[in-house]
Amino acid sequence: MKILKIVFKNAFRHKLRSLLTATGIAIAIIAFGLLRTVIDAYYIGIEASSDTRLITSNAVSLTFFLPISCKNKIEQIEGVSKVCQSFWFGGTYIDQKNFFAQFAVEAESFVELYPEFVLQEDQKKNFLQERNSCIVGRKLANKYGWEEGDTFRIVGTIWPGDWDFVIRGIYDGRDKATDESSMYFHWSYIDERMEQTSPGRAGRAGWFYVGLNSRDDIVRVSEEIDAMFKNSMAETKTETEKEFQQSFISMVGTVINAVRIISIVVIAIILLVLANTMIMTARERIGEYAVLKTLGFKPSHISSLIFGESLTIALFGGLLGLGLTLIIVKRFGAFLENNMGGFFPIFEISNTTLSLAILAALAVGLIAAIFPTITAVKMKISDGLRQIG
Amino acid sequence: MADAIVEVINVNKSYKRGAQKIPVLQDIDLSVPEGDFIALMGPSGSGKTTLLNLIAGIDKSDSGEVRVSGTDIAKMSESNLANWRSRHVGFIFQFYNLLPVLTAFENVELPLLLTKLNKQERKKHVEAALDIVGLGDRMRHYPNQLSGGQAQRVAIARAVIADPTLIVADEPTGDLDKDSAEEILTLLERLNKEFKKTIIMVTHDPRAAESANVIRRLDKGVLLNGAKA
Repeated sequence: MKILKIVFKNAFRHKLRSLLTATGIAIAIIAFGLLRTVIDAYYIGIEASSDTRLITSNAVSLTFFLPISCKNKIEQIEGVSKVCQSFWFGGTYIDQKNFFAQFAVEAESFVELYPEFVLQEDQKKNFLQERNSCIVGRKLANKYGWEEGDTFRIVGTIWPGDWDFVIRGIYDGRDKATDESSMYFHWSYIDERMEQTSPGRAGRAGWFYVGLNSRDDIVRVSEEIDAMFKNSMAETKTETEKEFQQSFISMVGTVINAVRIISIVVIAIILLVLANTMIMTARERIGEYAVLKTLGFKPSHISSLIFGESLTIALFGGLLGLGLTLIIVKRFGAFLENNMGGFFPIFEISNTTLSLAILAALAVGLIAAIFPTITAVKMKISDGLRQIG
Repeated sequence: MADAIVEVINVNKSYKRGAQKIPVLQDIDLSVPEGDFIALMGPSGSGKTTLLNLIAGIDKSDSGEVRVSGTDIAKMSESNLANWRSRHVGFIFQFYNLLPVLTAFENVELPLLLTKLNKQERKKHVEAALDIVGLGDRMRHYPNQLSGGQAQRVAIARAVIADPTLIVADEPTGDLDKDSAEEILTLLERLNKEFKKTIIMVTHDPRAAESANVIRRLDKGVLLNGAKA
């Protein structure tokens, strides 16, 4: 118990030095926590995606379309419950900075395939009935102050023209991870105008959502779809929604790996800082350790003092950093969810990240104490006493 | 004559400086009877502190025996030696060597943390020891709030708290003014006479050495003949 008291008193004997070191650790933990939270936010879309829905897209690239005629053929495959065509619209709402995801979908099958987008029955009914209607996520509606019945215009970029929409539903996510920052509207609204203005661009889908009766059919149905269109003008690539999301992530995989490495490098740097502090501290106290050894204190006691002091500073910095990370994530996360919901539908620090941050702080504390402990324990008492005075 | 509590028999000790071996103590024989107060004198580098360290079990000789209360401490492992020191030796250093983050009370309590005494028992012992050295009213003071003489008295209280067989003092008055040095020497004499503590003191101050019953001189690692103070 008394050893613990000495540990605490020693840890803050040089207040400024300990505070600066702890602040360094806190900053490292903040960086570590935030970087990991960014990575988690990227992956949260994957967690939310279903592995009982398939996505069939052009085998060449997502930027290539598939003919709508594929839909009927896919529907004929045994085990397929529903097929919904979709494409990325990519229009501008007032200004380019107002970016949010816009998807043209075949509305009837979409609302059945995506029960995680929770709509009231009358909203669903109104959405299905009106050709230029749309549904928007709660976060997106909140961001622009939209309410049911509001109208707005989007200027097409990929699909030229002015497109007016009326909001017929504001959906809530069934799960926390469900995206509430996107807009969905009728595929036919675009397609019909394309037929009139650019017939060559009509009858296209960016991809098909394919619902299955059973999860057991995933492999067979995927293979059958792709086999069906093999050697055609539009060969397909069918994968689960999870895999589809992962392929998006893999596009930025290098960046994510870089972020991961940076988060570890930050911890490694602060390890050096704390190790330096502990080496200086142990060197200063070598005489005191010699006195304690003289009095009969054993290497285990000396180790406890040095490890305890290092862990105290590391833990203090770690907890400080964690507290600040929680505050930053809460405030900054709300901003990101509202303004960059497409990329960060949920920006929350996970329990895993919290645990890893504390473990990292403790690991830094432990590792930093190893060298000075070895030095102090191996030191001959007479050598240590000679350094006093 | 009382039995010898410390017996140093044919001890040699040298240090290595690079490839060179420098002898520090040569063929030392010393016997200290129980309850004696002996002063080791000699010029700097004569080996007196090294001899004290050997007797106190904080350094080991190259050859020979160091027996304290019949136990050859030169043959003990480091761990056993640490236990032995905590029970049998009280240390007084020139620069007091108190832990600055602990109060006078806590510094004196340190050796007792290695015993099985409970908090109340430790408190009783510490208060008694601080009363003996006349610092009962300075228990909550930190070392930097004490004068040199007071700090050394705290160190003496720490040295006697575990009721050791032997007290070793390395230049206990070396960092003190004349009055404080007198106080410390008086206290050591009292510990010797009143509490029957065996004391071995290293000093190069003749006035300090006069407090001892016996003065032994070291010169270039050789122990010269003894003389009564």
